[in-house]
Amino acid sequence: MSRKRILNVSRRQVIRGILATSAFGLTAKLGTACSPAGSGGTDAAAEGGASGGEPLTIGFIYVGPKDDYGYNQAHAEGAAGTASKFSWVKLVEEANVPETTAVAESMRSMIDIDGAKAIFPTSFGYFDPHILKLAEEYPDVQFFHAGGLYQEGKTPKNVGSYFGYIDEAQYIAGIVAALTSKSGKLGFVAAKPIPQVLRNVNSYTLGARSVRPDATTQVLFTGNWAEPIKEAEATNSMVDQGIDVVTCHVDSPKVVMETAEKRGIFCTGYHANQAALAPKGYLTGAEWDWTNIYSKIAEEIYAGKSLQAGTIDHILRGGLSDGFCKVSDYGPAVSAEAKAAADEAKAKLMDGSLVIYSGEVKDNKGGTVVSASEKLEQKDPKLEQMDYLVDGVLGSVGG
Amino acid sequence: MALSQSWRRTLESLCLSFGAILAGILLFGVFCALAGTNPFAVYGSIWKAAFGTWSTFQNTLVRAAPLMLSALCTALPARLGLVIIGNEGALVVGGLAAVSMGLAMGTAFPPFIVQVGMAIAGMIMGGIWIGAAGWLRHYRGVNETISSLLLNYVAIALLNHLVGGPLRDPSSLNKPSTFPLAEVNMLGSIPGTRVHWGLLYGLIACIIAYFLMQRTTFGFAARTAGGNIRAAKIAGLPVGKLTVMICFLAGTCAGLAGMVEVAAVQGAANESLNVGYGYGGILVAFAARHNPLAAVLISLLVGGILASGGILQRAHGLPDATVLIFQGLVFLMVLYSDSLYGKFGVFKEKPIMIEPPAPPPPSPGQEPVMTV
Amino acid sequence: MADTSQAIGWLGVPLAIIAGTMRGGTPFLFVSLGECLTEKSGKINLGLEGTLLTGAMAAYAVSYLTNSPWLGVLAAGFAGAALGAIHGWLSQQPRVNDVAVGIAMIIFGSGVAFFFGKPFIQPKAPQLPTINLGEWSDFPALQAALQISPLFLIGLAIAPIMAWFFRSTRWGLFIRAVGDSPEAARAMGVSIFNVRMFSVIAGSFLAGIGGAALSLYYPGLWTERISSGQGLMAVALVIFARWNPIMCLWASLLFGGAQALGPALQSIGIKEGYYLFNAAPYVLTLLIMIFTCSPKRTLSGVPGALGTDS
Repeated sequence: MSRKRILNVSRRQVIRGILATSAFGLTAKLGTACSPAGSGGTDAAAEGGASGGEPLTIGFIYVGPKDDYGYNQAHAEGAAGTASKFSWVKLVEEANVPETTAVAESMRSMIDIDGAKAIFPTSFGYFDPHILKLAEEYPDVQFFHAGGLYQEGKTPKNVGSYFGYIDEAQYIAGIVAALTSKSGKLGFVAAKPIPQVLRNVNSYTLGARSVRPDATTQVLFTGNWAEPIKEAEATNSMVDQGIDVVTCHVDSPKVVMETAEKRGIFCTGYHANQAALAPKGYLTGAEWDWTNIYSKIAEEIYAGKSLQAGTIDHILRGGLSDGFCKVSDYGPAVSAEAKAAADEAKAKLMDGSLVIYSGEVKDNKGGTVVSASEKLEQKDPKLEQMDYLVDGVLGSVGG
Repeated sequence: MALSQSWRRTLESLCLSFGAILAGILLFGVFCALAGTNPFAVYGSIWKAAFGTWSTFQNTLVRAAPLMLSALCTALPARLGLVIIGNEGALVVGGLAAVSMGLAMGTAFPPFIVQVGMAIAGMIMGGIWIGAAGWLRHYRGVNETISSLLLNYVAIALLNHLVGGPLRDPSSLNKPSTFPLAEVNMLGSIPGTRVHWGLLYGLIACIIAYFLMQRTTFGFAARTAGGNIRAAKIAGLPVGKLTVMICFLAGTCAGLAGMVEVAAVQGAANESLNVGYGYGGILVAFAARHNPLAAVLISLLVGGILASGGILQRAHGLPDATVLIFQGLVFLMVLYSDSLYGKFGVFKEKPIMIEPPAPPPPSPGQEPVMTV
Repeated sequence: MADTSQAIGWLGVPLAIIAGTMRGGTPFLFVSLGECLTEKSGKINLGLEGTLLTGAMAAYAVSYLTNSPWLGVLAAGFAGAALGAIHGWLSQQPRVNDVAVGIAMIIFGSGVAFFFGKPFIQPKAPQLPTINLGEWSDFPALQAALQISPLFLIGLAIAPIMAWFFRSTRWGLFIRAVGDSPEAARAMGVSIFNVRMFSVIAGSFLAGIGGAALSLYYPGLWTERISSGQGLMAVALVIFARWNPIMCLWASLLFGGAQALGPALQSIGIKEGYYLFNAAPYVLTLLIMIFTCSPKRTLSGVPGALGTDS
């Protein structure tokens, strides 16, 4: 049985591999033939969109295994979804690539050997110095980096940065969590106190306190992106403290969800839909929708648009309304009242009338971080440098 | 006669090593076939990705560079009979020290001076780290394998703590790092290549290590002590000093590897310092039978295996773990080949058979010993 | 302030530690007992990290495919034993160093585990049942803490059995003799090769079951990051425990508890320096080694042939 499963998987992969090998010989030749022109990007624009044209090779690089039920899987599913959507997309992927010279070499092989025209290195740590270096060396290739900061005039023209405001989905999850919780105590298992994580913790808490001002979020940092035992211990100790809804920001939320279900408390998911892991306690979750984003970018590239020409934005950001992320379907434990409150907030976030970080917001040490007159829209760079926890979060960013 | 003897021995070790590598590759091919992939296509891809063209060969060189320095951290103490596996830790603290020094010196000095300063800081810190394991071994009787293993964990915790807190650059947003080194102080690439200077440092260090161990009285003393501690003590060798000194030197190599990682690749210290170059180095050292020159070749081999990891995924749809199996098989075969010395008659000298490696003669105290 | 009966405040810390010692200590216990058996015969097996991973994968996969977690445990043991056979045979070849083989086995073992484990990351495998000793209590926290895995109880039983085995049985004597002075063992007519082979394989069998404890009990899933170095750590743990199976038990509990201490302390508001805190077990082991060793007298209980080529 086990053998058969494995063989099935590999056979499919083999076929894909064979297709890939025969295809890349072609693209590599074509690629080298027209690359010195420099304006290769605009050439393609003329015949853009024509199906049956030259296939577009896109490289994806993941820092962990492709199937971690979390961050990397969300990206890999987005990549696979895009490839299955368009027959002209040829996908090349590498998983478990560390943030060292290894990633630079992987990108280089994808370009030189496989003829990739666009590369998506999906881990934050790939950016500086690896992507920056490669981008200068290969000005014709477009690099799309998840989570980085593009600085006009400083970052090479062919580097773009994309990321979603998934904290909008966390805000809604916070609302559902607070209205479902009996104790009003929520828990958040987090990897490291970095801005992306803090923003999720804070938005979750602000969402919770928007409907239940006495709600608190206890945050526990495990120190690393993948620490299954510590994540389980953190979840258990939260339950022992009377917390009855947990969520997390770690690479693979599987442990937290399953532990919560075992202990009979509620949970809200992250990265991907984890309803199957906690059929009773899963309330909702903040999910990425990378297929949507990757398809859009692929189509734009195929149509001849490029970062270099400025026809693709260097900073791609978006939340629920732009389809970067979505909210999981509500679980069985969510009351009608909670659903209504969540849906209302969702609608307001989508039409822009609700701004999560609008004053006054205080941190949990009593200082004001967003003044009463301020309204930090999601695009505000201040939010990408967050180093505080808002009032209502129990915990500290100090390492 | 002596010449032909050593010639035969060299041939034997060359044949055995290459035979073992071939056997490992063959086994991997069988594995690929079982997994449903055409092994010959896989071989072709590996060759193309690791050695095929100058560009892909540079990929191999880039990956081999840190392994050479890291391997010396195990290879040198092995001559004393010590098994040190603290390479990862020494590399990490070396990187940390180098960054601290580079930041402290800033741009007040010419870049070359700063680079030398960083190298020295990294080497000293790495040296102290492994030297401590050697000191504990000799003066407290603490098993050096275990203490150096534990020191790895301590070093990694220290790294995480420092880059997450005291040394953190507040603008390193989503990947906590130290402040970046000034651009001018970075080590560039070897001209005409994309390989950083670490490769050259590694080569030079391996050559120096070879001459130090094989051609100097210091090395001779170390090998003697490694052969038989008691005899060495009776012969009046300062075994304690030798132990600490060799371990210190070993640590300096790994520390230098850490310095190269931060000064040529990362530009700052962060968790990417800890990606397994240490453990890779241990295996390289053992596979090279602790010969620094052989370590260069084995590093290239491992670099090639690592470089081909990508194409196995991209072109053959094999999972990322395949390269681990490949590496594991090759290493197991190479280690096994060590036991085959002297088993093939071809390499044997006809009249008298001397067990390789010849035990060092227990010399009376006349040998001048370099004390340091 | 609804439902305060569930909140237990700072009492959560000792509770978490007690629960953590049993939950997190179980894999440590099996791996360290396995390593203890191996080292008693005079060989070090650093490759138990790979064995642990392979065991975890095999247990999860077989449990999923057969719906029987106990078959999974058995499969984990045999998968571990298979890797142990490679280690045992290879590390006894002339001039082959056991530490080096161990590190190669870490790479090979994790490669095997990750390669064959890919299809099993997504599905949910049946878990081992737990024995609930806390049903008398009204505190859900206490109930959860007292959900004890039968694997833990088995480990608890193996420790004294192994101690008795070393002390009072013929086979135990053989192993100790082989580990302490191979010459004497040879004089007794014992096959050093066979005894070491047996010890390494049996030790790896136990380490494989330690992997099953990870994937089928706590945290109870299969991912490639499931082990946070417990396999390597076990080598230090055995030294910490002075090659005494009973001490291995206490040391495993201590290390397991240490894993729980960090999150538990943070949850009541103590949160500075968690990285340094995570390093505490390693520093502690190192300090104990430093203070109890001396150049004249090595650690009491250390097998004489350990780390030598004999």
